[in-house]
Amino acid sequence: MELYLGVSLIMFFAGVYGFLSRKSMLMILISIELMLNAADINFVVFNRYLYPGHLEGFYFTLFTIAIAACETAVAIAIIINIYRNLTSVEVGNLDQMKE
Amino acid sequence: MQYTLLILVLPLLSFIVLGLVDSKWKPKVAGTIGTVVLGIITALSYFTAWEYFTTAKIDGVYQKIIPMHMEWVRFTEFLHIDLGILLDPISVMMLVVITTISFLVNFYSLSYMHGEKGFQRYYAFLSLFTFSMLGLVVATNIFQMYIFWELVGVSSFLLIGFYYTKPSAVAAAKKAFIVTRFADLFFLIGILILSFYTKTFDFGALTAEHPTVFAGAAGATFMGYGVISWAMAGIFIGGAGKSAMFPLQIWLPDAMEGPTPVSALIHAATMVVAGVFLVARFFPVYYFQTPEVLHGVAYIGAFTALFAAVIACVQTDIKRVLAFSTISQIAFMMVALGVSGYEGHEGTGYMASMFHLFTHAMFKALLFLGAGSVIHAVHSNEIKDMGGLRKYMPITNWTFLIACLAIAGIPPFSGFFSKDEILSASYEFSPYIGGLMTFVAALTAFYMFRLYYSIFWGKDYTIKAAAHGHDDHGHGHTPHESPFAMSFPLIFLAVVTVLIGIVHLIPGLPHFGEFVSSTGADYHIQIDPTVAIMSVVIASISILIATLMYRKPTATPDKLAKTFSGLYKGASNRFYLDEVYLFITKKIIFNNISRPLAWFDRHVIDATMDGFASTTNWVSFKIRKFQSGQVQQYAYVFLLGTLIIALLVIFVK
Repeated sequence: MELYLGVSLIMFFAGVYGFLSRKSMLMILISIELMLNAADINFVVFNRYLYPGHLEGFYFTLFTIAIAACETAVAIAIIINIYRNLTSVEVGNLDQMKE
Repeated sequence: MQYTLLILVLPLLSFIVLGLVDSKWKPKVAGTIGTVVLGIITALSYFTAWEYFTTAKIDGVYQKIIPMHMEWVRFTEFLHIDLGILLDPISVMMLVVITTISFLVNFYSLSYMHGEKGFQRYYAFLSLFTFSMLGLVVATNIFQMYIFWELVGVSSFLLIGFYYTKPSAVAAAKKAFIVTRFADLFFLIGILILSFYTKTFDFGALTAEHPTVFAGAAGATFMGYGVISWAMAGIFIGGAGKSAMFPLQIWLPDAMEGPTPVSALIHAATMVVAGVFLVARFFPVYYFQTPEVLHGVAYIGAFTALFAAVIACVQTDIKRVLAFSTISQIAFMMVALGVSGYEGHEGTGYMASMFHLFTHAMFKALLFLGAGSVIHAVHSNEIKDMGGLRKYMPITNWTFLIACLAIAGIPPFSGFFSKDEILSASYEFSPYIGGLMTFVAALTAFYMFRLYYSIFWGKDYTIKAAAHGHDDHGHGHTPHESPFAMSFPLIFLAVVTVLIGIVHLIPGLPHFGEFVSSTGADYHIQIDPTVAIMSVVIASISILIATLMYRKPTATPDKLAKTFSGLYKGASNRFYLDEVYLFITKKIIFNNISRPLAWFDRHVIDATMDGFASTTNWVSFKIRKFQSGQVQQYAYVFLLGTLIIALLVIFVK
């Protein structure tokens, strides 16, 4: 169990690091996906080891994946719009709600 | 008699409607609405008077009727504010006076105010005034009276300042409001003291024949006088403010800045007698509980009457002459109340005061409306611009003459009877007051005829073409008689003035004393022959002097003015009382009280508030950098925060 959790921990902090250090919005989006997946692994691991007869963790994971897909779609739509307006996807340029 | 509520509600509705539509309707529509509503309530109050005076008499005494009563606000068992309608002889009489004059003034204004800007607003305010004045006179308790008292003050303020683009009108409105408000402060204090000791606001309990409510105040004194005396003195000061008694009379002459019909309605006939009405309403309390205050009322009244009459002799603005004459006549009523006894023949003063209030309202409104008609014709308030107008304005001339004869106290006009009663009541009280009042009556006859001759006789009217640049609504260069809407009220009031007089000449017809007296029982008006003959002779002599001096332009007035130059100058400057007030307020109160207060306000209170504001501003500028708009920076801070909280949770138990 600790091994699985170790994997998810590394994934999560890799995501955090990516989120904070990357400039491109696409990379930030990918980092967010990493963190989400780390959380999914945790769900599955805890369900498998702590409550072996139950299925809630698995279902949560399925839902999370579905939501993550939606969120990615929305985020990419936003990024495309930003790119059209600013011709860049650098997050550092986005410090105002309006131009 | 539930329908009496309508008398109050209709003008209020008219005010709200006219006030809301303002200039959206044509002026004519607004004027018609105002006048028609007034016509309806006038008819209603005549009906009320008829019904009251025919049915309310039980054992020869008019009973009080309360057709409407409700509790408005209830604080405790004793402290509750009621609203209601109280009908007794004086309030019914006031209903008739107010609605009659108000209706005539509304009617008159249709023509007088024609084409003025804000015509609709004018009618709305007139309705508001009528509503509040009617509410005042039918009040069942002193608090209701106070509420309407203030409403009357507000509507007076609004109407004086009707020409709000004229600085003098604005100043006059403010002056009237501040002076009366200052007096009302004493009124309020009086009410509070009175009701604190008596535990009631109700007139019924306070003015009962054998009141029990004053037991609580027995023995309670302040600076040598009983608390009730202080309370009643405070209430009288409130009344003195509205009724322009010395030394609070300074606002009334300035109030003539308002339109002339307003002066006729508010500042001659109705509102200014509110103080007299107040004292009359509280008369049993004054008489039984605090006779010393009642005597004070008489002395203040006597002094005011003389003071105002002297000033009226030298003023040159016709409305101001009338204003001072009003002050003097109201003072007559106050004197009559002050010297009055309670029952039977003793109650002459009370009856005389109410009688004079009634007749004075009619002829003074007539005088003001006549003056308005003159002003309308010659476009000036100054005597020197007039003279010889009798050829051009016959109706105004005759009605004005009737009113002058009435106010001078010449029989058979109404003023003779009421003034005669006042004089005989004063003589019974003290020969000095009686003599003084006779002298004032002589002065009254003199200055009224000075005014009359200066307007209608004297030098021929000279046409000043240059001064008549504004002949835009069809005035020729010669002054001419006013249109029907203006002359009808004049004729009506003149007829009333004559009729009231004639009715009292003929025995067997109903007399005023049968309707209104201090106890509600019949009072038989008896003319005291000595007093009557003396006052008529003196008045005739004064009129004769005025005739000699002013009928033809002579040098006598100038000579007299030179001989008594000190008195003349003092009187024409109103004895510098306005200057004294200005000195007291500007130099003493402003410098010693208001300025330090203003300094405190600016430097301590405002500074504290400003300090809060500037500190917030400063802090905001300092922490502005946190909001950089950089999402990653926010996330970083967020992460740090979470880590710190997690560490705290783990390691700090």
